[in-house]
Amino acid sequence: MAMGLLFDATRCVGCGACSSGCKKQNNLPGEVEELTTAYTWTTVKPLEGTFMRKLCMHCEVPTCASVCPVGALTKSPQGPVVYDSAKCMGCRYCMMACPFDVPKYQWDRAVPLIGKCIMCEGLIAKGESTACATACEYGATIFGKRDDLIRDAQERIKQNPGVYVDHIYGLTEAGGTSVLMISSVPFVKMGLKNDLPSEPPALRTWQVLSNIPSFVAVWGVFLWGIHWITARRDDVATVESHSKSEDR
Amino acid sequence: MNTTNLMARRPRIGFWTTVVGLLLIPFLVITFLRFSKGLGAVSNLNDSFPWGIWIGFDLLCGVGLAAGAFTLTAVVHLFNLKKFEPIVRPTVLTGFLGYAFVIVALMFDLGQPWRIWHTIIYWNTHSVMFEVGWCVMLYTTVLALEFAPVVLERFGYHAPIRMIHKFITPLVIAGVLLSTLHQSSLGSLYLIVPSKLHPLWYSQLLPLLFYISAIGAGIGMVILESYLSQRAFGRHLEMDLLEPLARGMVVALGIYGLMRLQIIARNGSFSAITNFTYEGKMFLVEFVLGVLLPVGLLAFRKLRTNPTWLVTGAFLAVLGFVMNRLNIAITGMERAAGARYFPSVMEMIVSVTLVGIGMAVFALAVKYFAIFPEAKPTEAEH
Repeated sequence: MAMGLLFDATRCVGCGACSSGCKKQNNLPGEVEELTTAYTWTTVKPLEGTFMRKLCMHCEVPTCASVCPVGALTKSPQGPVVYDSAKCMGCRYCMMACPFDVPKYQWDRAVPLIGKCIMCEGLIAKGESTACATACEYGATIFGKRDDLIRDAQERIKQNPGVYVDHIYGLTEAGGTSVLMISSVPFVKMGLKNDLPSEPPALRTWQVLSNIPSFVAVWGVFLWGIHWITARRDDVATVESHSKSEDR
Repeated sequence: MNTTNLMARRPRIGFWTTVVGLLLIPFLVITFLRFSKGLGAVSNLNDSFPWGIWIGFDLLCGVGLAAGAFTLTAVVHLFNLKKFEPIVRPTVLTGFLGYAFVIVALMFDLGQPWRIWHTIIYWNTHSVMFEVGWCVMLYTTVLALEFAPVVLERFGYHAPIRMIHKFITPLVIAGVLLSTLHQSSLGSLYLIVPSKLHPLWYSQLLPLLFYISAIGAGIGMVILESYLSQRAFGRHLEMDLLEPLARGMVVALGIYGLMRLQIIARNGSFSAITNFTYEGKMFLVEFVLGVLLPVGLLAFRKLRTNPTWLVTGAFLAVLGFVMNRLNIAITGMERAAGARYFPSVMEMIVSVTLVGIGMAVFALAVKYFAIFPEAKPTEAEH
C-alpha cells in the first residue's frame, strides 16, 4: 500500500521535534542545521508568518531514480524513495536533476555518500509511522495511506473556508508526490516551485532514450548503405578505367 | 637529437612541457587533498552547485571537441573521401586523448571513482548517464582499436593490423553510432531540468543541438590542431584539406545557429537578450563568438583559403563551443540554484594540468609514431 505524509503548515508551531526525531532515528551526526544537508534530512523554518518543512517529497515517478546510472535510488512499493549506498559512485546527477533539490552530498568526506530523507523505510516496513510524524505533538505532520491523506487534506480545506489555499502541494507536482502539503500561505511565497509540470520530468528523457534501439538500427543501416554505395562507385570506376586489362 | 635542439625547433611542446612541469607539484598536492579530505576541500562545489567545471569543461568539452575523430573517420571510410586520409591519424589520436582526458577528469569528479565500474553491473536503462557511461566506455575502445595500427606498425606486429583493417568498416560504423548516441546524450542529460536550466539554453532539442555543435566544433578542432602541429613540428598547413573541412564546419554551425535562434524566438526568451540580463549577455558572447563570427567569416571563400582567417574562424568556433557548454553547465543553472559558482583555483589547476598532459602525450606520440605522413619518426630529419 502506498503510504505518505501530510504536512499541514497551519498546525505547525516550528518546534523542530521532527528534525531532531529524524536525526535520532537515522543516526545523523551533529546538530540540526539551518538548511537541509547530507546530515540534516529535514528542517522547519518560519516563513511568511507560518512554518514550512523541507524534506524529500518522495515522488510517484522519482526523477532521481530515473537519472541514477547505477540504480542506487529506487521507489519502493510502500512509497519511500530509498538509497542503496553500496551502489552509488557519486556522480551527483540526482542532485542536479531533482526538481525539489533534495539530495545532498557529503562534501567533507573522502568516501562520500548522498544524504536524503528515506521516509524511515525501516520503520514503515515494520508497520510503524515515520520518526518525524511520531515526534510531532501537534499533528502537523501525519503519516498514513496516501489516498486517505489526500481525502483528509481535501476535507480540511473544505471544512475551513478561507483558511487554506485551495491547493494540495504534491498532488500533481512533478507527477505527484507521496508527501503532501497544505498551507494558509501560497506555496510559491514559501520558496516552493509552483511551475512544476504534472508530467514527471523522467518522461522527457524516456521519450529520447526509448528511441535508441530503433535509431541505432536505422542509422547503422544508413551508414553501411553509404559505405556500400561509395565503395561500389569506386569499384565500378576502377573496373571501367581498367576494363581492357581486368577480367574479373 | 638533444633536448635543447628539440625545444628550439618545437616551441609548442616546450610551452606545454613547461606548463605541465610547473603545475605538476600543485597538481599532485591537490590530488592528495581531493582523495584524503573529499571534494569540498578542493572545489567550490556544494549542495546548491553539485556540478562545476570538471563536468562543464572536462566532460562536456572533452567529449565534444573529440568529435572530429568520428566525423573524419566517417568521411574517409564511409563516404570514401580518401583525400582526407592524411589527417585521420592525428584526429583519431586527439579523439582518443580527449576521451582519456574525460575519464581521468571523472576520477576527480566522481565522489567514489573506484566504483566507476558499477555502471557495468548495475543497470538503469532509464538513465541518460548510464547510456553516456556505456557509450564512452565502448567508444574509447573503438578509438583505441582505430589508433592501434599506428602503435603496432612501429613494433612490427602486422598480423593484428591486418585483423583491424579487415574490420575497419564495422569498427568505423560502430564509432559513428556510439558517438552520435553519446554526443547527443550529453545534451539529453539536461532534458531532465526544464525548471532549472534557463530557457536561452533549455530545449527539447538539446540532444540534436549538442550533436550538431559537436560536429562543428570537432571540425574546428581538427583545423586548429593542424595549425598547432604545423607550428610545433614545422609542417605545412594542408589548406587543400582544411578548406573543404571549414566549409563543413560553416554548414554545421549555420544549421545549429538557425536552430538556436528559432528555439529562442519560439520559447519567448528573446527578451532576456534584448534586456541584457546576465544570461542574455553570456548568450550573446557565446553566440557571436562561436556562431556568427566563424560562420560570417568562413562563409567567404577568400577568407577560408587564407590560413590566418581559417585558423581564426576555427579558434572562435572552438571557443564559442566551450562557452556554450559552460553556459549550460553553469550560467544557465545559477538562477535556479540561487547561487553563483566560480571554480576554485584548485579545480582549474586540475583541468589545466590534465589538458597539458594531453598535449604533452600528443607531442610524444608524434615524436615516436608515424602520426603525420610526411614526418616519419624513423628517419628523424629530412
